[in-house]
Amino acid sequence: MRIDWIAKLRHLLQTIAFCLVIATVQYAFIPERPYGTPVVFSILIGTIMWAVIDLGRHLPASARDTGWPMGWPGMLLVAGGILAGFAVGTPLAQAACRALGLLPAGTSVMQGTELRTSFLITLLAGLAGTYWFYSRGKNAWLERKMGEAQQHATEARLKLLEAQLEPHMLFNTLANLRALIAVDPARAQQMLDHMIAYLRATLDASRATTHPLRTEFDRLRDYLELMAIRMGPRLAYTLDLPPDLAEVPVPTLLLQPVVENSIQHGLEPKVQGGRIAVQATREDGRLVLEVSDTGMGDAAGASGGQGFGLVQIRERLASLHGERAQVSFTADAQGARTRIVLPIA
Amino acid sequence: MSPSAVIAEDEPLLAQALQAELARAWPELRIAESVPDGAAAVRSALQHRPDVLFFDIRMPGQGGLEAAAELADVWPQDAPFPALVFVTAYDQYAVQAFEAQAVDYVLKPVQPERLKKTVEKLRHAMAQRSAQPAALEATLGQLRHLLQAGPAAPQPLLKVIQASVGNSIRMVPVEEVVYFEAADKYVRVVCAGGEVLIRTPLKELLPQLDAQLFWQVHRGTVVRATAVEAVHRDEAGKLHLAMKGRKERLPVSRLYAHLFKAM
Repeated sequence: MRIDWIAKLRHLLQTIAFCLVIATVQYAFIPERPYGTPVVFSILIGTIMWAVIDLGRHLPASARDTGWPMGWPGMLLVAGGILAGFAVGTPLAQAACRALGLLPAGTSVMQGTELRTSFLITLLAGLAGTYWFYSRGKNAWLERKMGEAQQHATEARLKLLEAQLEPHMLFNTLANLRALIAVDPARAQQMLDHMIAYLRATLDASRATTHPLRTEFDRLRDYLELMAIRMGPRLAYTLDLPPDLAEVPVPTLLLQPVVENSIQHGLEPKVQGGRIAVQATREDGRLVLEVSDTGMGDAAGASGGQGFGLVQIRERLASLHGERAQVSFTADAQGARTRIVLPIA
Repeated sequence: MSPSAVIAEDEPLLAQALQAELARAWPELRIAESVPDGAAAVRSALQHRPDVLFFDIRMPGQGGLEAAAELADVWPQDAPFPALVFVTAYDQYAVQAFEAQAVDYVLKPVQPERLKKTVEKLRHAMAQRSAQPAALEATLGQLRHLLQAGPAAPQPLLKVIQASVGNSIRMVPVEEVVYFEAADKYVRVVCAGGEVLIRTPLKELLPQLDAQLFWQVHRGTVVRATAVEAVHRDEAGKLHLAMKGRKERLPVSRLYAHLFKAM
């Protein structure tokens, strides 16, 4: 646990300022008494409350994240702070007032109604002060969390972009295109169209959050078509999307990284190549998306499949659907299989 | 006799395109064979003994660099080693290393102008070669550097090898290891008294070993230098290591033969 002592000092000064305001209000109601008395009482009681609550709030375990304890410990802390402020601060303030000559020796200002009034002021001021610091702390915490979340999202987008616009893939595709222009201009044009659609989808992916499953499959077809031209007979693929699932909304480019993993880690390194199958099915009212390949499988090493793509998908689905979405990855000697289950909204 | 070449490129269209560009830039060059992977490239080069090799860096199975290294190891001593030209779409580290080692390379998509320059260089080198035999040694030195190139981050050195044996884990101090040998999906950790298997690939293991003590002597073999008893040369000029406490002999690749010299 790290405590920001400069922030604590600022809180103390704010507390003292608040105490001075209370003392001034009290003095305004009873101007025949000296101003010094409520000031001493208010500052002593307030400082003790501040010390107990503002320093004590970091001790319970539940305060580690937000800086404030949750539930009963939090309430007990505030109640304890107010009581301690009153019980310890009152006799201290009396002694101080006597020492400063604000009160004649032997007299006590705090009796009966006055004591109750003082307690009420302490209680209200304590609650108000605590609430003020709590809500400010909460706001700062929320802002920090939002900033972190935004930074994560930006990083994830950049990584996705970097992975998809990988220079090796880009230049190899361009080289194929250049070769095709000479021998088969019609097919070259087709390839260029796929590449344009692929690039557009990749660059637009950061804007829209969901699109119909049909569009997702179209983007997969663009990518797989590009790879089929490059790899020739080494790559075969099937895309299986039942018509009744075509319009189901899914997060943009959800399957793209999975298919790219299958190609990059499963099929490209395999001498004889293989096939990749993407399938959408409905199971118990949920959408099941499956990508399976006959590539290197578990021989692809630690970086295959379990890499960046899958982590990203897990995070995206967890933030959208929580526990209701599942992602699993298995690899054996025959190949790799990724299964994504998500609720149909 | 007209010069000949072997092309190794896994993407069929790119292999065709390179062949077409070469036909324009170097009409008398004969393409002996065009193959789709590293292992086939080694076989083809041994069979055809071409003058030039065009090897793609990234191929399934064995990449261009590894294929060239293996070829250099098994190349017959009576024939001149072919001129090597690497082909790559984008490989920052490889290209830097090619420049540093003065190794020929072309970038994909192949630009006719650039290819013409490479062809001129190759022709010039071949004209000189008829005067003096090609130095396999020089190629070996280049390949050695290229294979070591890459962003290898310094790693803490391993003290013990932890291998799972049945339900337990065997701890083998590295100074007891005689040699490591890559075997399919595993690496054999061989000691004087026996051996264990680990799943960490040799490539990942190597940066974690003390380079003074552990020497790579073959693509799949790393020996502890202090466990080498003697180095023998056979009739074909190949080196073999006799290891302390072991009966088997370990072959040394030509690539690493320079490590063993009398002081």
